[in-house]
Amino acid sequence: MSTPTIAADVADRRAPALGGFNLTVLKLEVRRLTRNPRTVIIALVVPAAFFLLFGLNRSYDSLAVGHGNYSAFVMISLALYGAVLATTFGGAMVSMERSQGWSRQLRLTPLTPAAYIAIKVATALVLGATSVAAVYIVGAVTHKASMSTGLWIGTGLSVWVGSLLFAAFGLFIGYLLPAENVMQLIGLILGLLSFVGGLFIPVSEFAVAVQDVAKWTPLYGLNQLVHTPLLGNGVDWTWVVNVLGWLVIFSGGAMWRFRKDTARV
Amino acid sequence: MTQTATSGTGKSAENTRPLAVELAGVHKHFGHVHAVDGVDLDLRSGEIVAILGPNGAGKTSTIDIILGLSRPDAGRVKVFGLQPRQAISRGLVSAVMQTGGLLRDLTVFETAEYTASLFARSQNPREVLRTAGIADIADRRVGKCSGGEQQRLRFALALLSNPDLLVLDEPTTGMDVEGRRGFWAAIRKDAENGRTVLFATHYLEEADAYSDRILLLRHGRVVADGTSSEIKAMAAGRTVRATLPGASAAALTNVPGAETVEVRGETVLVHSNDSDATARYLLTQTSARDLEITARGIEDAFIALTGDDAGSAAVTPGAAR
Repeated sequence: MSTPTIAADVADRRAPALGGFNLTVLKLEVRRLTRNPRTVIIALVVPAAFFLLFGLNRSYDSLAVGHGNYSAFVMISLALYGAVLATTFGGAMVSMERSQGWSRQLRLTPLTPAAYIAIKVATALVLGATSVAAVYIVGAVTHKASMSTGLWIGTGLSVWVGSLLFAAFGLFIGYLLPAENVMQLIGLILGLLSFVGGLFIPVSEFAVAVQDVAKWTPLYGLNQLVHTPLLGNGVDWTWVVNVLGWLVIFSGGAMWRFRKDTARV
Repeated sequence: MTQTATSGTGKSAENTRPLAVELAGVHKHFGHVHAVDGVDLDLRSGEIVAILGPNGAGKTSTIDIILGLSRPDAGRVKVFGLQPRQAISRGLVSAVMQTGGLLRDLTVFETAEYTASLFARSQNPREVLRTAGIADIADRRVGKCSGGEQQRLRFALALLSNPDLLVLDEPTTGMDVEGRRGFWAAIRKDAENGRTVLFATHYLEEADAYSDRILLLRHGRVVADGTSSEIKAMAAGRTVRATLPGASAAALTNVPGAETVEVRGETVLVHSNDSDATARYLLTQTSARDLEITARGIEDAFIALTGDDAGSAAVTPGAAR
């Protein structure tokens, strides 16, 4: 060991680009997520299976809805259901990483907190895209759902991008709750939010009093927006307010808990 | 005995030998517990230094500050002339901590691959696993590895960036004698290439056998700083005890042979490396009486230097860890 070597080494070394965010980590994170059979079944298999059960009713393909048919309408709803489950799971993985002490291990590496969050969100979006694809592929091969190619792509992308809202929700839950049972709890919460948000039954079927409440829930605005291209009915500004409002709440909450978690003592 | 920083007050220029770690007047409180109470510390590149002390002495708190995991309330911290976090992000510093966890659902190799990808430059993960002796379990899930295997994996992760400073917090806890010996052989071999190693331990023998220099910590203060043989010399010394009314420690600092002087009321305790000279001085030059000379073993020295009865401050063991 000589002095110039160390001095040169100190000057020569640099921090990683993008705070440590890279595709190797993304690949490994996605692999981890798919190693949990429960995650795969709930986020990928169940929504596609729901479509087979509820989206292929004999009357649905002949029932015109906007620029397509009712089968396509149901397919979009279930793709959204799957995508929000997937992105929430992806975000909520932070809960397990905290409890296993991995977050603390990562603090001994160059990875910045912002890059870590970016990795979690990107992982959530990869699983979300897979979930949307699973439902849409089942929709395509069963030949019941009908809409233009542009609408297949447009609605699929809307669902996927919209599910980002629930990556923030997952992060919030993941930082808020302990790891035990967080996944089961998410399944329950999202089932409830999907129901009241009109993903399974249109909100217009509810009693008026229930409708008034339902319109404020986090999945209602998003569900309305992702069906807009198919329905061609224009955008109601209250849906946008709903989505943006919940985005502020979820990402603000996640940021608040995250700051508490990574604060140096 | 306590060494104070004499250099490194200016920014290290290109041509001066960089200090690996520089702490100056570092304090850290947790509530009313003074976990780190004014630590000054310079580590030169290439040293293997042990931080030795009982639980609650402030070892982990000091290490957390060096690694940027915790922020000191007061004082200056530089690692290779940089802020701790900058040094980490450039891969200059790695650590094996007791608290760091691993992901159970990744394999051993994937964990190394994951960590390696976070550095701007990294060694080949397969080779590092071989160095750590766990190449044969590369495809095993971390959750199925034994505690010893996981500790080796943590060690491998710390080597990935080829750091100039390696920090180890109680690295051999839970290892058997054989594992411990193998581990230290690997560390020593590694340090021959110029890597600075700082490790915390509460095993006296471990600090003695494997470090170039030992820092003895008690109640958040460095109470002794020297080579292993210097500490041993202290340990080999004797304690001269006498009754001396009106004694003050300051007035007794130049007692021949004295290494440390303590005054407790009318009792004077001089830890001496030349007890004859100390006793002669006390009996002839002062009004000391009831003189007693006791020999100290190495364990006694450790206890004397780090135990609660050696000072006035009281800290619950473990509270400052």
